[in-house]
Amino acid sequence: MNEPVIKTNKLTKRFGGFIAADEITFTVDQGEIFGFLGANGAGKTTAMRMLCGLSIPSSGQATIAGFDVYKQTEQIKKNIGYMSQKFSLYEDLTILENIRFFGGIYGLSDRQLKTKSEELIDKLGLQNEAKKLVASLPLGWKQKLSFSVAILHEPKIVFLDEPTGGVDPVTRRQFWDLIYNAADNGVTIFVTTHYMDEAEYCNRISIMVDGKIKALDSPANLKASFGVGSMDEVFYELARGAKRSD
Amino acid sequence: MRTIRFLLQKEFRQIFRNRAILAMVIVMPVIQLLILPMAANYEVKNINIAIIDNDHSSYSQKLISKITSSGYFKLTGYNFSFKEAFRLIETDDADLILEIPRGFERNLVRENGQKIFIAVNAINGTKANLGGVYLTGIIKDFNGEVRLQLVPPAKFDRTLSIDIASSNWFNPFLDYHVFMVPGILAILVTMVGGFLAALNIVKEKEVGTIEQINVTPIKKHHFILGKLIPFWVLGNVVFTLGLIVAWLIYRIIPVGNIFLLYSFVSVYLLAVLGFGLLISTFCETQQQAMFIMFFFMMVFILMGGLFTSIDSMPDWAKAVSQFNPVSYLIEVMRMIILKGSGFKDILRQLGIIALFAVVFNGWAIFNYKKTS
Repeated sequence: MNEPVIKTNKLTKRFGGFIAADEITFTVDQGEIFGFLGANGAGKTTAMRMLCGLSIPSSGQATIAGFDVYKQTEQIKKNIGYMSQKFSLYEDLTILENIRFFGGIYGLSDRQLKTKSEELIDKLGLQNEAKKLVASLPLGWKQKLSFSVAILHEPKIVFLDEPTGGVDPVTRRQFWDLIYNAADNGVTIFVTTHYMDEAEYCNRISIMVDGKIKALDSPANLKASFGVGSMDEVFYELARGAKRSD
Repeated sequence: MRTIRFLLQKEFRQIFRNRAILAMVIVMPVIQLLILPMAANYEVKNINIAIIDNDHSSYSQKLISKITSSGYFKLTGYNFSFKEAFRLIETDDADLILEIPRGFERNLVRENGQKIFIAVNAINGTKANLGGVYLTGIIKDFNGEVRLQLVPPAKFDRTLSIDIASSNWFNPFLDYHVFMVPGILAILVTMVGGFLAALNIVKEKEVGTIEQINVTPIKKHHFILGKLIPFWVLGNVVFTLGLIVAWLIYRIIPVGNIFLLYSFVSVYLLAVLGFGLLISTFCETQQQAMFIMFFFMMVFILMGGLFTSIDSMPDWAKAVSQFNPVSYLIEVMRMIILKGSGFKDILRQLGIIALFAVVFNGWAIFNYKKTS
């Protein structure tokens, strides 16, 4: 088996007296779809930002694709894709311009940019919208576009922070098709979500409560060990003990 | 280099799609250059004067008509008592009161002298001060005429007097436009550049797009350069428009070398844009950036030597203005445009501004954190 692509050991982030992420330890293997669950304010986004090199941990260790989260944040950034909770492509650029801009920043060649953007637009079925401003797209399409942009440079790992928030069920389904597609190509998916049906799509999931990881296993094993029939119940069992809320 | 190309492409696209920025860059400077130099004039006209003529003689009438025909004064009250006239000052209808005493003509003819009384409303300092000076000048002139008439030339008292004849270099007719236009242009270039730069990165923070940038392997100095260059180009556009307006409307053509002028402005823009970018790395919202920039702009502009001369400031203020980039630009603009100064003459200012540019931009790059 290969070395895990994400490896953390007691990773902690404090904001003053508040411990947003408390001694998180886990590993994620290559090609895995890893679900990162937790109630609002449980510390999912904080943990993810540390793994992406956007935020320096307060203590603990972590390596992403073999790079250290303290010292090698820029190398990490070359190897990951990231899609934030808040839509963050440029609304005043067209779809094509956004694709070309981010591709260019990641250092794709002109030829790669051309073929990649054509491929991507075909895949998303956005031929008619390619030259429209992103601001005019419906949310579901925006989310699919940001995911595609996040994996444009063929990263080893892609981090998705609540990618399907506020999106209709049909589009969510399509979104997960994109995720499976990427995972089949060997991309490791690290995804946070609130939707328990989505949790079922993951290979393994971790559930965070009050900054700590309270459970980590495959959905089937978790259901078995809690003796319940659905992920909803597992989540409820764990999350109702939470003291923090947002 | 490739990264910068993509950054510039993106930035220019966004600028050209944003009508507000285009308006700020093109319309605002032109309008301001058309309006401000006309209004911002040190010459005080329309000083309101109330006159109390207690004499009603031909001499007092002569003096009054001399005052009102000078073009500087507007007779807003012709009163019979000081109390009445003073009420005009209280209601702000008069800036000056001139009281001509009873027996003005008689004393002038018989006793060869007469005191008259001037009261000045000092609330509007400049106006009152200049008004007092003008009025004294007119009365002195009147005095000279009267003496010539009354005193036979033979008996004329040849008191020694030194008459000062001054000539104004570089602006022979003391045309205020010539003085103000380069200064106002300097301020416009500073405002447009500074504000555009200060608001830009903060806007990306507010919208959230900076997060998507920060998670890429982009180099910090590439990102800052990608912001700096587009606004540098816009700043030069503003400056060029300003020079065209100065030439078409005010007939001001730079006496000195135009390339030297552009070289200085180019370096200056790097400094002021760097300052704006530095502020935007410290702020989280456009509102914060706006207020902080506004604070510095007020200080820079009011202490920049456009409205009040730096030479007449107290020592501490002179020391502060050493750190005010705007004061160097105004100074150099006037030197090159009006006086035709050469490279050697502006070397000191150029060096200081270059230093500002390096410090501000270096600091902005340092302070821009991709990882918090």
